[in-house]
Amino acid sequence: MKIKIPVAKAKEIARVQALRLSERTIAKKQATNNFFTDIADVILFITHLLKETFSRRFELREFLHQCFLIGYKTLPLISVTGTIMGFVLTIQSRPVLVRFGAETILPGMVAVSLIREMGPVITALICAGKVASGMGAELGSMKVTEQIEAMEVSSTHPMRFLVVTRVLAATLMIPLLILYADGLGIIGSWIGANIKGDVSFILFFSQAFSHIGFIDLLPAVVKSFFFGAVIGLVGCYKGYNAGRGTESVGKAANSAVVLASLLVLIVDMIAVQVTDMLAK
Amino acid sequence: MKTENTESIENTDSIIVDSTKKTPRVPVIEISNLYKSFGTLDVLKNLSLKLYESENLVVLGKSGSGKSVLIKCIVGLLPSDSGIINVFNQNVLKLNRSGIDEVRQKIGFLFQSGALYDSMTVKENLEFPLKRLKDHLNQKDIDAKIIEALENVGLPDVINKMPSQLSGGMRKRISLARTIVVDPKIILYDEPTTGLDPVTSDEISLLINEVQKKYKTSSIIITHDIECARLTADRLIMIQNGEVYKEGTLSSFEKSTDSVIKSFFK
Repeated sequence: MKIKIPVAKAKEIARVQALRLSERTIAKKQATNNFFTDIADVILFITHLLKETFSRRFELREFLHQCFLIGYKTLPLISVTGTIMGFVLTIQSRPVLVRFGAETILPGMVAVSLIREMGPVITALICAGKVASGMGAELGSMKVTEQIEAMEVSSTHPMRFLVVTRVLAATLMIPLLILYADGLGIIGSWIGANIKGDVSFILFFSQAFSHIGFIDLLPAVVKSFFFGAVIGLVGCYKGYNAGRGTESVGKAANSAVVLASLLVLIVDMIAVQVTDMLAK
Repeated sequence: MKTENTESIENTDSIIVDSTKKTPRVPVIEISNLYKSFGTLDVLKNLSLKLYESENLVVLGKSGSGKSVLIKCIVGLLPSDSGIINVFNQNVLKLNRSGIDEVRQKIGFLFQSGALYDSMTVKENLEFPLKRLKDHLNQKDIDAKIIEALENVGLPDVINKMPSQLSGGMRKRISLARTIVVDPKIILYDEPTTGLDPVTSDEISLLINEVQKKYKTSSIIITHDIECARLTADRLIMIQNGEVYKEGTLSSFEKSTDSVIKSFFK
């Protein structure tokens, strides 16, 4: 049965449908534009950063200050995390190794897993939480309160003073923090091993290090520099490009943590693949 | 109220002549046909104005009329779409980064929020632009200039305090000290009295006059605080919808029968 609709009503329905369709099309076009604009923004930011990194006037004092803030101020957090990491790994692995009569490889196993994977990734994730969010919030609030513009008016390049120093400091200090966490992890592991056994400190360490080769250490150190760079870059990018309101400071800090953590895991995945390919 | 100059101000196309001294006043900033838009929103449309040597030019206008955008375009913080911004006869829009830096050495900028660096003490806040803009100075000269600037704003005792330990009015004063410490020839004030109580607002306005007298600066004062305008203005400009709506002396504004002007001078 055919339903008859008056012409005027049919025209109105068609007009509303056409409007909805055009609105959806515009929204999709806008979303696509935003995506490409974001990509272009990131590329421009990195290009600008590289240009300023190799410029003549390097802000050494600010760089050292940032090294102190990232390195020294994160030390207590990393100390606790590193020690607990080794301790828990030992407590969890010991019963399985005892069941197979392989208790003697415990120090070596813990050391290799800490140095190759656990130490770098967990420390980088902790740093993503502390350092990237700190940078995002600090630069974001500087933007909101016009401090970045005030710097520019004083003929100081904010990119050089704020971003280059922070990214370089993170790239340098996070690998050092990772090595420090690895060391404390092995000490934590020794403490864990001594809960249900009696191993001397020297014996535990010599057994642990006898299993570590150059091939374990080098890729871990190389990837930890990338972790540092990613954390610094994301923290600064999110803060530097924060919006105008106070709400954007929180958003910048939050998205810096999320993106930095995600990128740390992606960089780790790529690093594992590259290491695997090179080892063959 | 600030004493008005006896010169003709209504006709700003010609160089203004001071009737008492008979010397032509030179424009330090000359803006012609300035356009600035954000996306589809035109903020400044064909705006032209001049700022003369040693004068306080107050720019009035409703929120969102493009006042702050105007002064940010002058120092190159925002790129303009088209037009000419001559600062000491140099077109800012055609300068490269080092050229803009050079122009910025002659311009001080007082931000609406003060924009003091939170992580630095008052002394470090004042030291920061000095070390960058006046790199020939030694530490002794820098310290002397900092103390002088703080004395000029009446706050020599807060030198070692952090910005978070200061009140709103004190922050504005320190911000002004940071602006004048580098001896600018032009000062751009972005709503200097916003967020302050009437007494502190008047103190800041009088301080602006003192700074002008002492440092012989030319200033553009962006405000919608009529009391501040009354106290500081040599000449006023009202911006409406991105264009100059009216230009003249304080008395011409006060006597105006135009409803837009009257709504400001109630």
